[in-house]
Amino acid sequence: MDAVKRYFRSPAAVLGLVLLLIIIGMALSAGYFYPRDPLALAGRPLVWPFANPRFLLGTDNSGRDIAAQIFHGARISLLIGGVATLIAVTIGVLVGALAGYYGGWIDNVLMRITEAFQTLPNFVLLLVLVAVFGSTLTTVTIAVGIVSWPAPARLTRAEFLSLRSREFVQAGRTLGMRDAQLILREILPNALPPVIVYAGVVMAVAILLESALAFLRLSDANVASWGNLIGLGRDVLRVQWYVSAIPGVAILITVLAVSLVGQGLNDALNPRLKQR
Amino acid sequence: MSSTDPILTVDRLSVRLPKGADRTHAISEVSLSVAENEIVCIVGESGSGKSMMANTIMRLLPDGVTTDGGRLLFAGRDLCTASAAEMRGIRGAEIAMVFQEPMTALNPLRTIGDQIGEVLEIHTELTKAEIKSRVSSLLTDVNIPDPARAAKAYPHELSGGQRQRAMIAMALALDPKLLIADEPTTALDVTTQAQILKLIRELQQRRRTAVLFITHDFGVVAEIADRVVVMQQGVVVEHGPARDVLRHPQHPYTQQLIAAVPPVAAPPPRQLSDETILALSGVTKTYRTGGFLGRGERVTHAVKDVSLTLPKGATLGIVGESGSGKSTLARCIIRLLDPDAGSILLDGQDWARLSRTEIRGRTQQMQMVFQDPFASLNPRRKAVELVAQGPIIHGTPRDQALAEARELFELVGLDPSAANRFPHEFSGGQRQRIGLARALALKPAVLVADEPVSALDVSVQAQVLRLLTDLRARLGLSIIFITHDLRVAAQICDLVAVMKDGVVVEHGLTGDVFGSPQHSYTQALLAAIPGGDFARTPQG
Amino acid sequence: MRILSLAGRRLAASIPTLFLILIGVFLLLQLAPGDTVDAMMAQMGGGDAATARELRRFYGLDVSVPVQLANYLWRLVRLDLGFSAIYGKPVASVILERLPPTLLLMTSALSFAFFFGLVFGVIAARGVNRWPDTLISTVGLIFYATPSFWFGLMAIVVFSIYLQWLPAGGFEDIGTVSTGLWRVLDIASHLVLPSLTLGLIFLAIYLRIMRASMLEVLNLDFIRTARAKGLDETRIITRHVLRNALLPMVTLIGLQAGTMLGGSVVVETVFSLPGLGRLAYESVVQRDLNTLLGIVFVSALLVIAVNFITDLLYARLDPRITAEN
Repeated sequence: MDAVKRYFRSPAAVLGLVLLLIIIGMALSAGYFYPRDPLALAGRPLVWPFANPRFLLGTDNSGRDIAAQIFHGARISLLIGGVATLIAVTIGVLVGALAGYYGGWIDNVLMRITEAFQTLPNFVLLLVLVAVFGSTLTTVTIAVGIVSWPAPARLTRAEFLSLRSREFVQAGRTLGMRDAQLILREILPNALPPVIVYAGVVMAVAILLESALAFLRLSDANVASWGNLIGLGRDVLRVQWYVSAIPGVAILITVLAVSLVGQGLNDALNPRLKQR
Repeated sequence: MSSTDPILTVDRLSVRLPKGADRTHAISEVSLSVAENEIVCIVGESGSGKSMMANTIMRLLPDGVTTDGGRLLFAGRDLCTASAAEMRGIRGAEIAMVFQEPMTALNPLRTIGDQIGEVLEIHTELTKAEIKSRVSSLLTDVNIPDPARAAKAYPHELSGGQRQRAMIAMALALDPKLLIADEPTTALDVTTQAQILKLIRELQQRRRTAVLFITHDFGVVAEIADRVVVMQQGVVVEHGPARDVLRHPQHPYTQQLIAAVPPVAAPPPRQLSDETILALSGVTKTYRTGGFLGRGERVTHAVKDVSLTLPKGATLGIVGESGSGKSTLARCIIRLLDPDAGSILLDGQDWARLSRTEIRGRTQQMQMVFQDPFASLNPRRKAVELVAQGPIIHGTPRDQALAEARELFELVGLDPSAANRFPHEFSGGQRQRIGLARALALKPAVLVADEPVSALDVSVQAQVLRLLTDLRARLGLSIIFITHDLRVAAQICDLVAVMKDGVVVEHGLTGDVFGSPQHSYTQALLAAIPGGDFARTPQG
Repeated sequence: MRILSLAGRRLAASIPTLFLILIGVFLLLQLAPGDTVDAMMAQMGGGDAATARELRRFYGLDVSVPVQLANYLWRLVRLDLGFSAIYGKPVASVILERLPPTLLLMTSALSFAFFFGLVFGVIAARGVNRWPDTLISTVGLIFYATPSFWFGLMAIVVFSIYLQWLPAGGFEDIGTVSTGLWRVLDIASHLVLPSLTLGLIFLAIYLRIMRASMLEVLNLDFIRTARAKGLDETRIITRHVLRNALLPMVTLIGLQAGTMLGGSVVVETVFSLPGLGRLAYESVVQRDLNTLLGIVFVSALLVIAVNFITDLLYARLDPRITAEN
């Protein structure tokens, strides 16, 4: 309860939450406000924003409603960001927990693999994965999740390493707990909060990764993605720069909201750090 | 002890804490004075405001903490009203300070000589060469072996005692009028502590420095103080010449504190059973660190060939300084660590040879109490669950285990109605009682206690020790008691084993070992206990 | 010498990592639909099965996957990255041509991000919870949330299209042949926007870490010692805080090297820089898997090299490192 109160005491955290709720609201209401396919032809191409009340944010090079794409794009960004984060954190916690708890050769092997993933630039790996498995919504989401797990894994491992030698875990061992009990009931509940907070960072990066991929036209071209629209707008950048500018602002606000909420959670859950 | 005009006079000083703290003032209306060539000890338990006193004099208070009335007269000035620049001129030059943790109090990335020289660099006009030679002579003054090498060393390359010597050299670099020592020996081993206390005494007498010495340990007070100021909850409850306060304490709090300091002499021995419950034989644990394919490997013999027996119902103390291997031995006995060789016979079973799974099934026989009352309880579980955990693991139905846990609360002197609270809602002493209840819930035959009272204030320490003695008698417990504190060992242990560098150098009845120590190391340990004489004859 | 041997040992430890990456990616690429020969045939506008078989034999693609892998690794040991069918020359020389722009871009972006991250981090920490801190932290958060490719596009709109101060893309002006200092200046002006674009997110990260690290160090015991010695705040910062606070920053350079190299893929594409990142993108689009694998190898090498340098740097800054082992 204290944590909730502390969270709402920070204006930045509240702002982040409000922005995030607006974006979630956009994603949920996209079907209501823009029931038509956002990628279908809607009117004259390259209508400037506010020029035509029918297209509040104007139209793109092929005459599609930009506002509709922004609303539907919120769905894609949140979906890919959320699912990819879930994948990354799940793999990361699993790997980090096993490596940190057991140590020894298990740790060695798992950390070598983690290191390999970190040595290979994540975007290059993303390109390889997309080149191999294609660019559907599902493959892109999974690929983004796969390139994002090393950081949560390292964090979980560090937490497990420090908690493993803590006296209350040793006490659990002297009481006769099994490894599974020690991992799941003693260590994990104490190790998880920082990882959950870090998930905010993972999600922000995941959204940025997908949009970059879409910008390069390597993501799913059949869904309304903000990155796709920026890539499209690049062809008319000299004059109709708004086609690229608008979805970029949408990405910026989403990532900002996710980061602010993550940071707010962090400060609320670790009050000692905030006092400084 | 010629009493001259005081160097420092603290006059009805109060220090206000920020809102939301457990009290409004850290220090209320405190008055005291320190004169030239005099050591004044401020003594008190945690929360007494004694360390805040030091920070206030240096005007180094944390954010949000402010002085709230009173004066700090130093060499004719009121430090409370001195400007920041004036204070900078005083700090290090006229008032110097030595801290508790010599490891963290020194910058890890700069050499010792560099950090001592910095004081001279900012307060004097000396040239680089002059500073260098001054640093070298300062390090010689504090008896650091090989001063030239020490000046070039980084803090991590020196031992704890050497680091504290370097800190003292830094503090005395400009012959300050006043030296404030904030628990300077608390982080050190007892033999090192004795050396550092002697050093401070010697330097103080040679330079006629005024010393304000802050400590929680009445032994240290007896060793070093000319005058004593006893603080409790931010208030001075008693002050006077050291001898008077120690021998004839007036205030009940002082009396209680002094009574809580156990004498080094052991009480008359109890009748010990002939039956052996636990027998260690040749227990050995070696650590191998570093090394790659067998090259550059470093082998540490943490425990070497230890053989000891614990009679049924007795308490065997294992004493030694840090790094002696006593904690490693405890963890080997309870099989948190796997010994490399030797046997640990308990109830006909060799615990050293049992598999992890077999150990899990036998944990009711032997339990452990840990040192740190804050780290040894899972912060996310209610106290009652923590206590009931063990029996539940071993098959007791949950409801029954919880009910029994509540009964245990009573046994260890806790209010059973507090059972549903989380660990952070308890004080250190109460947490240690929860830890004890958790271990006792499995009705063990043997209890391994690893420094169970060393993190506690002295009065709480006495209560927990009394509880342990009481439970030992009522439950017929046999105890392995690990401690670095010989006073504590003398009070509770029937038998004692002295460890050094992984080896038991001497063992036997506590009265014999402490009364007429045979090994030179035991003799050194006993001699190093601060204020030894005072506590041997506490009522004097 | 100890420092060097320590960093050298870590370098040796990264060799298995490198092989792990290569084997993993090699096997991954086997799953790709179509191989190099398919891509070549498509570029040649089709061909019969016999030609395809002939080409597969020529490129060693007619044997089993393990043998192909073994052949590939053996060739790698001799620094032979294979042949790029699309570019019609050895992969090694294709990559070598594209390496300089990427190295320049990364160096300048890193210097920009590190320097300003440090400066702003210090300023923010000095005025913690007051307006300079709030301003810097807010701007940092916005930078962090800005997609780099979008920032690049907007920078082009503002600085190249409207203000016409800086070129919109390319590595150097091809129209005019310049030499010496003029060429350096020309390349530099082409690199300003890409470096800012790539460095922006890292600037945000560095400034946040520097701020946090400064605040943490300021809370340590030895800072109290320094105050008790009578040091003023400036001296405390320069003599006691900075070097300690820099340690996590240095660690971060190593950790972020891969991310930065990945970021250059997008930035080089936005600014049409003929670098490694753009090559990666092109080889994905053109299905030039040999080149892609080569890029994986070289970028892993680059990351390992950066980590080697940061290890050396760290050991220079922190005397405790050499003592631990």
